[in-house]
Amino acid sequence: MKKQNSITNKIWIVILSIASLLYVYPIVMILLNSLKKETAISTSSAFELPAAESFNGLQNYVDAIASKGFLRSLGYSLFITLTSVIAILICCSMCAWFITRVAGKLSKALYYLFVFSMVVPFQMVMFTLSQTADSLKLNTPWNIWVIYLGFGAGLAVFMFAGFMKSIPLEVEEASMIDGCNPLQTFFLIVLPMLKPTMVSVGILEAMWVWNDYLLPTLVLDIKKYKTIPMLIQYFRGSYGKVEMGPMMACIMLTVIPIVIVYLVGQKHIIKGVAAGAVKG
Amino acid sequence: MEKALKRYSPFFVLPTFLAFLIGFVIPFAEGLYLSFCQFTTVGNAKWVGLSNYKSIFSDASFIHSFKFTVAFAVVSIILINVIAFGLALLLTRNLKGTNIFRTVFFMPNLIGGIVLGYIWQILINCVLSKAAQPLLALNSTAGYWGLIILMCWQQIGYMMIIYIAGLQNIPDDLIEAASIDGASAWTTLWRVKLPMVMPSITICVFLTLTNSFKLFDQNLALTGGDPNHFTEMLALNIYQTFYARAGMQWKGLGQAKAVLFCLLVIVISVLQLRATRSKEVQQ
Repeated sequence: MKKQNSITNKIWIVILSIASLLYVYPIVMILLNSLKKETAISTSSAFELPAAESFNGLQNYVDAIASKGFLRSLGYSLFITLTSVIAILICCSMCAWFITRVAGKLSKALYYLFVFSMVVPFQMVMFTLSQTADSLKLNTPWNIWVIYLGFGAGLAVFMFAGFMKSIPLEVEEASMIDGCNPLQTFFLIVLPMLKPTMVSVGILEAMWVWNDYLLPTLVLDIKKYKTIPMLIQYFRGSYGKVEMGPMMACIMLTVIPIVIVYLVGQKHIIKGVAAGAVKG
Repeated sequence: MEKALKRYSPFFVLPTFLAFLIGFVIPFAEGLYLSFCQFTTVGNAKWVGLSNYKSIFSDASFIHSFKFTVAFAVVSIILINVIAFGLALLLTRNLKGTNIFRTVFFMPNLIGGIVLGYIWQILINCVLSKAAQPLLALNSTAGYWGLIILMCWQQIGYMMIIYIAGLQNIPDDLIEAASIDGASAWTTLWRVKLPMVMPSITICVFLTLTNSFKLFDQNLALTGGDPNHFTEMLALNIYQTFYARAGMQWKGLGQAKAVLFCLLVIVISVLQLRATRSKEVQQ
């Protein structure tokens, strides 16, 4: 009985290994193709390894960085993601604390409005939101975080509030009695306890902002500012022949940092996702 | 404590609330109003009553994209959840290499929809050309299945993580008791494990459902709705109505479609939550 069990386990390991290889293959394929010369890239030869005469070294990468504006896009994407996530983490945790600790109709109404906003599809507000952003001059990478704070608040407040219900009131009351004002209580007592939830919310919101395509496309002026997803879409959308080589290099330049960040922080990322879902 | 906190409410609530007004409440209210208007910008709106809503039902492309979205959603929800649950079962058996497998399966989730779409477009087109079939731009069947494969590839890992967390929460003595009572592995799965992970199933079905209905980036990048709007899903259809057609009537129509789409997503997710929540057991 036991022996048979270990044989089935071995079979499963083999199957899972094959599945994992297949899972990674699409990315490896793009990597190999990004090393080919433009003339050697065609629809039907995507599976072939780069040969001596088609090998282009890192030329496509040089091209993507030098003439396609990849670094600028990377900068915009990094800046927007960083500012938005920081704003969301600080503002929404404060807001969620207030909502959970001050009972009342207003808090409740606000909470349900936040939950409601999570389900609403972006298409519902995309046109009016881009017009509002234009009229308030929130249409540059430097202040688009205000919009992300507004549209991302639903998930963040919901998750923070879910966690705060479980932390005991006594700790906070004690600090107030000891003479802390609410701001001190929040930043010195509550915030440190929120760390695990901060990680979850931060990861989920960062994944969303970093990969978001439609919101920045509609809000930012595409001639001046392109985030990374906008840049990649721009390759295909612009008229004329698509330069496949630099485009695949761009894709790889986008994927590689994500994979590195993931491999370094995978413990936190996977835990964060699992914890976030359980509370959702 | 509440009183002291209330005095500080501008610090705590105002920043988020103002951004929420700008980023959600105002655009939402305006969008609702504009769905009854004809306009090209928010400034020149003219009230036209229900006429936008009436013309939705004579818009064949919208009806088609609705059917296409439903057909896509049903198949992808089932596939993603069944495969993800299966993987979660395998990865909670203490197999060698469990961590590596988990890492690999979760990875595509971090890559954005636009990038994923182009990766798979290149791959699928290559397969199609080897098989002497028409490429994605002309091949609606391949477009449909391509979207499903892409969605599975991206989402299975995420759902798997949630199912693993659910399975690990089942107390060991429950499984032990079942095996002492003589339950086979199969019975244990159906009678003990499945009911115990019902909360995870609720979440995963909810996430896959809303993700499938709201799908946009992947659709835009993989097929762009080709051939001839056949693989256009609801979100992309609304986007095209807004931005790809010139003329006074389209933006109003697009906004009305968006309101209907929003209602549809809300109703479906509420129904789904009720249906699966009712099957959850108390621990």
